[in-house]
Amino acid sequence: MTEKILLKGNELLVEAAIEAGCRFYAGYPITPQNEVPEMMSWRMPQAGGVFIQAESEIAAINMIFGASAAGARCMTSSSSPGISLKQEGISYIAAAELPCVIVNMQRGGPGLGNIRAAQGDYFQAVKGGGHGDYHLIVLVPATLGELYDLTMHAFDYADYYRNPVMILGDGILGQMAEPVEKRPYKPILNLPPKEFVLDGCKSRPPRVIKTLYLHPADSLVRHNLHLQEKYAQIQRELCLYEEYETDDAEVVVSAYGITGRVAKGAVKAARKEGLKAGLIRPLCVWPFPAQPYQRAAQKARHFLVVEMSHGQFIEDVKLAMDCKRPTSFLGKGGGWYPMEEEILEQIRRLAGTKRKPAAKKIGKR
Amino acid sequence: MNWESVSGSSAQRRWDECAHGRPPAVATGIKRVLPDRIVFTYQGDGDLAAIGTAETIHAANRGENITIIFVNNAIYGMTGGQMAPTTMIGQWSTTTPDGRGRFGEGGPIRVCEMLSALGGVCYLERVSVSSPKDVMKAKKAIKKAFENQIAGKGFSLVEVLSMCPTDWKLSPLEALDFVNDKMKAAFPLGVFKDRQS
Amino acid sequence: MKQPTQTRIIIAGFGGQGIVLIGNLIARGALIEGKNVTGMVAYGAEMRGGTAYATVVVSEDEIACPFVEKPDTAIVLNRPSMDKFEPAVQPGGLILVNTSLVQRDLKRMDISTIFVAATEIAQELGNLKVANLAALGAFIQHSGLLQPQSIQQAAEDLFSSKNPKLLPLNLAALKAGMHQSRFMEAVGLTGR
Ligand SMILES: Cc1ncc(C[n+]2csc(CCOP(=O)(O)OP(=O)(O)O)c2C)c(N)n1
Repeated sequence: MTEKILLKGNELLVEAAIEAGCRFYAGYPITPQNEVPEMMSWRMPQAGGVFIQAESEIAAINMIFGASAAGARCMTSSSSPGISLKQEGISYIAAAELPCVIVNMQRGGPGLGNIRAAQGDYFQAVKGGGHGDYHLIVLVPATLGELYDLTMHAFDYADYYRNPVMILGDGILGQMAEPVEKRPYKPILNLPPKEFVLDGCKSRPPRVIKTLYLHPADSLVRHNLHLQEKYAQIQRELCLYEEYETDDAEVVVSAYGITGRVAKGAVKAARKEGLKAGLIRPLCVWPFPAQPYQRAAQKARHFLVVEMSHGQFIEDVKLAMDCKRPTSFLGKGGGWYPMEEEILEQIRRLAGTKRKPAAKKIGKR
Repeated sequence: MNWESVSGSSAQRRWDECAHGRPPAVATGIKRVLPDRIVFTYQGDGDLAAIGTAETIHAANRGENITIIFVNNAIYGMTGGQMAPTTMIGQWSTTTPDGRGRFGEGGPIRVCEMLSALGGVCYLERVSVSSPKDVMKAKKAIKKAFENQIAGKGFSLVEVLSMCPTDWKLSPLEALDFVNDKMKAAFPLGVFKDRQS
Repeated sequence: MKQPTQTRIIIAGFGGQGIVLIGNLIARGALIEGKNVTGMVAYGAEMRGGTAYATVVVSEDEIACPFVEKPDTAIVLNRPSMDKFEPAVQPGGLILVNTSLVQRDLKRMDISTIFVAATEIAQELGNLKVANLAALGAFIQHSGLLQPQSIQQAAEDLFSSKNPKLLPLNLAALKAGMHQSRFMEAVGLTGR
């Protein structure tokens, strides 16, 4: 048996990042992700890397811009209010096509909110957040095993596509502890040489990393088209999800992250009661895995979306299946957690109804 | 931050919680709209001298007629003991496990000294609350900082050296010694600016 | 006692009573036995003001829900925790009471009880800090959730890497808790 380690999510994230070769971390304290900078402060020097407690989240993300341009595998982390501050830098990094990993252990919002886990930053992560037409690759682990693997993969995706990758977790993922098999890092992609790195041009033509495109007049249009081509490629190539018992499912539950694992428990319980329930749980929400939803929509009568917000992820679920099936919603923001029993109740209700009822919303949207 | 009507004995207090580091900017907005109200901010060292350094310096430089009470406990208290901009060289914190280093992490920022160079500033004093005598002095300084605002003299800031036994991992009594022995040496008490007009 | 496939535990007390260590050792014990386990500690503002608590879920199967609202077992080391978590325990569940600091009767008739004077045991051993291990010993003795040797192994692993000098005292508290505790079946439940 390989060695299993028992760490909090935030600590495991540090181990995975260092294992994957991350050698530059800049961050700023904020609950519930404080263990990340705290552990980085001694682990990074041990690994021969750099740890910086920045003066703000804005400084931290711009340090990442610099470190990435200089060729390092690099990462920053924060929780919701801090991630809002990083948005300017994220837009610049996406525009400059620099690889890096950004971690958001979401907490309750909007504003200062609270420090309980929440999933209210979905739109910010998936639909933009900063200005301009750009996309992050957004990974959404539900267990610490997935957090460990996806953190390592995040660095590969970032380098392979030259694109920032976000790990969208939440306070529970960061704070809970689960045993995880410590797997050694092995790249999952054939990584290209980093031909953008600014490390002195003595024996090669000079390189420029920039985000300002004024001349010629159509240069920014062309740059945007180039970015869109890349995003289309990522959409073709990256499709990560777990599908559970959807083959004959009449009620398909969908949720991501922590909510996704609770939903799976509810689906299992529903099956024990003889209800035809299934689950689609994305592991990556940009690009969004549309195929399983389209397949499931052919048979399912209802969809049920669960999230710890007032309904953000639900929009992508509906889009993925072209609103083919009525979709109910169970969710609240501000630190509400779904319990298995609550989800199960909704599955029972939906499985019991005969013909398409009007999509009913539970909880305010 | 806080603003209060000066007229009448039944003064009404309003409290506005804003983003980490931004109080001087929010206070500026309130004071410019309601110049006859008393507006003050209450900020920690991380808030005022790390994430909010720009807001602090520019409010001071504009000579905003507000009062800032700056609580310097040399650590991030709320988030559980990480390095602050005022953490002293060699001081342990959860993000400086080997003690803060002069290079790489940098020395403690002395806010009163730094702001004293700015023209807009009216009054700067550093006080402590680590002995009864210190508390009396602190009270006087804070009163003066508010009187300045009422008289329309401009930006006043009182830096208060204070204890954080929990995150320093000290007993309350040891924490008093820490302020008296270590902090007062790194952050000398006194008036750094007192412009009379 | 026949073990269900999943046990959801809340451990609560004052900050400083070593709540987290109990959770940590249960989790490590479960790991040694090859079980699935998820643990969590209440953090931040939730910690302030009297009760600190940690939760652990031990299961034969994949663990879906990592948070515990209605525990099967509550381990309460002080009075405020007793007041807060006694009502939350599932019918037919179990509560461990530190009788040194909780001097009131149970209100629930439908849950089993483990009584242990954990703080007094610790006092006799000369260090109040090991009350947590005494409570853990009592829990292991009567709950049947994990083998005593798994917990002992977990404690040895943890202390030998962090603070080997404290190991003998903690193991003594664990043993004392096992032997100086008693179990009372739920009175309000029959045919279990
Ligand atoms: C944008 C943002 N980043 C981080 C935080 C987390 N945070 C809350 S208070 C605080 C600093 C606490 O230190 P300080 O300002 O010195 O005040 P103290 O708690 O020591 O009184 C931080 C980093 C936040 N609320 N918002």
